[in-house]
Amino acid sequence: MRLANSPWSPRLIGMDGLDGLYRALTAEGYRVIGPAVQDGAITLRELSGIAELPFGWGVSLQPGGYRLRRRDDEAAFGHSAGPQSWKRFLHPPRERLWSARRDGGGFELADDGGDEQPRYAFLGVRPCDLRAIAIQDRVLDQPGSRYAARRARLFIVAVNCTEPGETCFCTSMGTGPGAAEGFDLSLTELVADGAHRFLVDVGSDAGAAIMALLTSEPADEVTAARARAEVQAAAGRMGRQMQAGDLRELMAASHQAARWDDVASRCLTCGNCTMACPTCFCTTVEDSTDLTGDHAERWERWDSCFDIDFSYLHGGSIRPSAKSRYRQWLTHKLGTWHDQFGSSGCVGCGRCIVWCPVGIDLTEEVKALREETDQRPEPGDQP
Amino acid sequence: MTAGGHHSAAMRPARYLVAGRHAETYDTVTLLLRPVDEPIEPPDPGQFTMLYSFGVGEVPVSVSGASGGLLVQTIRAVGAVTRALCAAEPGDMIGVRGPFGTGWEVHRADGRDLLVVAGGIGLAPLRPVLLSALAERARYDRVVLLVGARSPEDLPFARELGTWRRRGADVRITVDHGDKGWHGRVGLVTALIQDAIADPAGTAAFVCGPEIMMRLSAEMLVRCGVPPAAIRVSLERNMRCGAALCGHCQLGPLLLCRDGPVVGYAEAVPLVAKKEL
Repeated sequence: MRLANSPWSPRLIGMDGLDGLYRALTAEGYRVIGPAVQDGAITLRELSGIAELPFGWGVSLQPGGYRLRRRDDEAAFGHSAGPQSWKRFLHPPRERLWSARRDGGGFELADDGGDEQPRYAFLGVRPCDLRAIAIQDRVLDQPGSRYAARRARLFIVAVNCTEPGETCFCTSMGTGPGAAEGFDLSLTELVADGAHRFLVDVGSDAGAAIMALLTSEPADEVTAARARAEVQAAAGRMGRQMQAGDLRELMAASHQAARWDDVASRCLTCGNCTMACPTCFCTTVEDSTDLTGDHAERWERWDSCFDIDFSYLHGGSIRPSAKSRYRQWLTHKLGTWHDQFGSSGCVGCGRCIVWCPVGIDLTEEVKALREETDQRPEPGDQP
Repeated sequence: MTAGGHHSAAMRPARYLVAGRHAETYDTVTLLLRPVDEPIEPPDPGQFTMLYSFGVGEVPVSVSGASGGLLVQTIRAVGAVTRALCAAEPGDMIGVRGPFGTGWEVHRADGRDLLVVAGGIGLAPLRPVLLSALAERARYDRVVLLVGARSPEDLPFARELGTWRRRGADVRITVDHGDKGWHGRVGLVTALIQDAIADPAGTAAFVCGPEIMMRLSAEMLVRCGVPPAAIRVSLERNMRCGAALCGHCQLGPLLLCRDGPVVGYAEAVPLVAKKEL
C-alpha cells in the first residue's frame, strides 16, 4: 500500500526504530528539532533524545484557550498545533543581516559570506505545517539567502495527523490530515494492543538513505491499511470548517463590509496571530550602532501588519484603524496571497484562533463576511 | 549584485562615494555617487534604490539619473536618514542597494507624444524619462513636461529646465503660491494638462507626485481623451527590503517594491481609491 506515485514501499518501526531514527539523524550531523512539553505547552525545540517527545500528552483547544491534557495512551504525536511553528527555525525571529565598522571617512562591511547555516531535522511536522513550509518557500527561498541555505540542508520527518484539534480545518484548506509529498520521511503513529509502532513512508532519496541506517520491517497490508484508515478518519473529525474555494473573490469583494467594524471592536491588534501563524513572513530591519558610533549592525526581525508603524509613510500610517489592519491581515492571508504567491496563505492549523487573546476565530469571521456579501452584493468602492 | 539575483548580496549595501552634491532647493539635494564596490546594475528610469547612511539607517529613494558610471539620487530631507543623506559632502560614503522595482518603460511612448506630469520632488524619478527621451528625441512626436511645485523655491531641477527646453522639450511650470519674482503660472498642475495635449489618443503619459496629485492628473488626462492604458503612475508605500520579502509595501494584491513603484493607471485606480488598503 504505497503512497500514490511513490517508488518506495512503506516500512514499520517500533519505539527502538524511532530511537534509531533520532540517532541516525544526529549521527548524520542533523540538529533534531521536535515537540516537547515546556511551560505548559507543547513547544518545538532541539531534542536531546526521543524521551523528550511529549509521550502521553494531548491538548485541548478553543478560541483563546490552550491546555495540555493527559491522553489515555502513550502517543508521542497525539497533539495538534502548539504556540510555535517551524518557521522560528527556518525564518528566525531575529537575525543579523550584516555588520559594518567605520573606516576612516567611510565604512567597511564585515565579510560574513561564510556563515554556516545549521542542518536541521524536523521531527513531527504535521501536514498543515508541511504545507506552511512550502508556502514560506514561495516567499523566502530565494537563491543565495540564508533561508535557502537552511532549507536546502533541511530533513523533514512528517507525522500524519490522526488527532485533529478543536480549532483545526486543514481538510477545508486542502493541506491535511495526510501528507502526500514534501517530506523525506513520513510517520503514521499506531498505538494499540500494547504495541507502539509507526508506519514509515519514504519521500526522498535522503529519506531512504536514513531508513537504511535503522532497523525496520516491511509494512504488512493490514497494518498499512489501518494506518491509512486512521488518517482518513481524522479528516472527518475537524473542529472547524471554512468554505475555501472562492475566498480570494470574497475577500476582494468585502472591502467595505460592516463585519470589519465588528471584528475591530474585539481585536486588540496585538499581533499574536501573525506570530503564531506558520506562514506569516513579514519582517522589518533595525539599524543600530554601539556607543562609540563606530560599529553598525542591521538586524532583521519578525514584524506584524498589526503594528501601527508597519505601513508608515510620510509621517503617518496608511492603516491607522484596527479595522484596516485586521482586514489587511485576513484579506492578505486568504485573498491577495494568491495574487502574490500563487496560493492561499492559510493552511488551516488553527493557531491564530487558539492564540488570539480574545478568541477571534477566522472561520467565523469568514462566515460572517460571506453572509453579509451574499445578502448585499457590494457595489464596489467609489473613488 | 542584482535585485533579482543573489539574495544576501541584494541585502548588503554596495559602497558609493559622494562625487558631487547640488542643492536643488532649501530641503532637497542631488548627490552624484561613484561606486567603491562592484556597482549596482544600471537602473531603468523609474526604479529605486535603498540608500544607507552609516549608523543612521536606510530609506528608499528613486533614481534621478545614471550616467558615466555615476548614480544620481535626489533626496528631500524629511526624516533622520534623509537629513543625514542630504548633509553628505563630497568624499562621504553611502550604502546603496538595488535597483528595485518596475520602471516607466519609456519605449511605450515611441512614436507618440510623450507627456510627463510631475508634482514637486516627483520630478526626480521622471528626470531619467526626460533625459532618455531627449537623448533620442526623434523617437517621439512632442515631448512635454508639466511641473507643479508648491512655490518657486520648491521647484527641483530648476537649473536644468532651460537645457531641456533647448533640447526639444516643451516645459511648462506652475506653482501653488508665487512670490514677488514669480511671473509664471499659479495653480495646480492639473490645470496645465488640457492645453498640453494635442493628440490625446496618441499620447503616453507618465505621472509622479503626491498620490492625490497623481489621481487628479490621471483623471484629467482621461477626461481629455488619453487612454487609461497609456497612463503610468509611480506609487509609494513603505518600501523596506526591496525584494518582496518583508511585506511592508503591500497595496492590495501588489508588493510595490516588486510589482511597482511604476504601475499602469488602470491597475492603480481601484487600489488607491480604497481607504486604508
